[in-house]
Amino acid sequence: MTTKNMKRFKGFIKKEFYHIFRDKRSLFILFGMPIAQIMLFGFAITNEINNVDIAVLDHSKDVTTQEIINKIASSKYFSIKQLIKNEAEIEAVFKKGKVKAVLIFEKDFSKNLTKENNATIQIITDATDPNTANTISNYTNSILQKYQQEINKNIKTPYQIIPKTRMVYNPELKSVFMFVPGVMTIILMLVSAMMTSISITREKELGTMEILLVSPLKPFQVIVGKVIPYVFLSIINAIIIVLLSIFIFNMPVQGSLLLLGVESILFIITALSLGILISTISATQQTAMMISLMGLMLPTILLSGFIFPIASMPLPLQIISNIIPAKWFVIILKGIMLKGVGLSFIWKETMILVVMSLFFISLSIKKYKIRLE
Amino acid sequence: MENKNVIQVKNLTKKFNDFTAVNSISFEVKTGEIFGFLGANGAGKTTAMKMLIGISTPTSGSAQVAGFDVFTNPEDIKKNIGYMSQKFALYDDLTVKENITFFGGIYGLSRKEIEEKRNLLIEELGLQEIVNELVGSLPLGWKQKISFSVALLHNPKIVFLDEPTGGVDPITRRQFWEMIYKTANNGTTVFVTTHYMDEAEYCDRVSIMVDGKIEALNTPKKLKEQFKVESMNDVFLKLARC
Repeated sequence: MTTKNMKRFKGFIKKEFYHIFRDKRSLFILFGMPIAQIMLFGFAITNEINNVDIAVLDHSKDVTTQEIINKIASSKYFSIKQLIKNEAEIEAVFKKGKVKAVLIFEKDFSKNLTKENNATIQIITDATDPNTANTISNYTNSILQKYQQEINKNIKTPYQIIPKTRMVYNPELKSVFMFVPGVMTIILMLVSAMMTSISITREKELGTMEILLVSPLKPFQVIVGKVIPYVFLSIINAIIIVLLSIFIFNMPVQGSLLLLGVESILFIITALSLGILISTISATQQTAMMISLMGLMLPTILLSGFIFPIASMPLPLQIISNIIPAKWFVIILKGIMLKGVGLSFIWKETMILVVMSLFFISLSIKKYKIRLE
Repeated sequence: MENKNVIQVKNLTKKFNDFTAVNSISFEVKTGEIFGFLGANGAGKTTAMKMLIGISTPTSGSAQVAGFDVFTNPEDIKKNIGYMSQKFALYDDLTVKENITFFGGIYGLSRKEIEEKRNLLIEELGLQEIVNELVGSLPLGWKQKISFSVALLHNPKIVFLDEPTGGVDPITRRQFWEMIYKTANNGTTVFVTTHYMDEAEYCDRVSIMVDGKIEALNTPKKLKEQFKVESMNDVFLKLARC
């Protein structure tokens, strides 16, 4: 590019930044959304349980039950809210919504355990929220099992299978670790694809695109000039998200930061090419926004495997998920951030994103030419 | 220079699949002329104009604009023409000053040239009060004048105006035509499409397009004589009806 061309280009990009910084809505989407989303997913929307209120109905009140209750109370997962006296109260505490679960110890618990080698605890959970109910029951079970192992230490029981599960890469099962790659994907998709498609169609709608095309600027210069500010902003967003997750949620980035950066830029390019494609097929900002939201955001959220595991989807959806760029980026991000893998493990996903970008870009060029004819 | 044709069109045709939008039109525009390009909606005016300003490639025929061929040198044409659309397209969220700077910039003017031009415009149009206002807050008449001046920033040989007076009041229209005269007097050729037949009377020569063809081309006076009517409006109605 000659210096004169460079100058034109600089003026163009400056103008683009004026547009962005003077529009409160785009500013909010650009900078409010990532922070709000990461906070929401990090703090509010969580699969873990913490200090869940439970009630205890202890019919035997002996040493063993007291020990178990202490164990449960001292775990950070549960806090014992209420001690109830009879079965009739169970329904009442659930209905009031005060507790999520009730533990019931049968009569003569300790005696049954020592004499008959068999005692029963009933766990009743409020399954209006099935996920939480499931988690509560799993956690209680594991506490009880641990206790059992402790008291059985001295007794030799032959033929015992004790499964030892170890969760790798996210040993504490922090859901924020799972959400960060997802949120990053959504934000980059939103900023790169939706914002660019809207900003390009806006020029068409206002008629300024025509003026730009009549000017000595070449069509590709116009498009590149519109896209560059969003590349910058997307990169800044990616950095904000990674910093937030490292410093606020203590999420480790196991792999190379450089690789993380390069892969993010690749995904930004994929999303931008999608945005350009959308802008070539839509005439108004409204259409561009609808197509971006329905055609990009929904599949990105639902089919990228960041909320709903792809493996448990019906086969047709599993097949469709392959054409969602976000799916591959989530795999890449999880690989780099949680597993610390290098390019040799994610080259396939990287290639898929490269091919997708090239495909979308060539398709937009073709569409663009047809439109100009 | 006076007699040199700044636009030369011969048998220019544009087809979209089976539909012929512009059907073998031929005409010349002289330097410094105000050339009115008339026609009903859908007659092919816009398509013809798009070919002349280098954003649409003709199917056949030939055309030279500002000395350059539309087939081989559309980029050179773009450097030598100005264009103002019927939407007075300026950026609403940029100030008057920023708009002038931006458009001057994309035509490759230096910072110094832009500043000189800008000060000249502020002086001529009396923009002192609004130069730092957002364009979106200005009345249509102002947008139209600024949009026209922006199209002239780089001293083009020809300025193409696509229905430049749509939606503005008669007084503003009158002022606008004064600007057009001034521009033509300075040697810039003005190529203008319009819906208003009274404006057609202001042009040096007028062409009228019907269904992709140029059905009449002459000075307003001669056209009226030829069709034996009182006004350009009647000329237009006579042509459009048959």
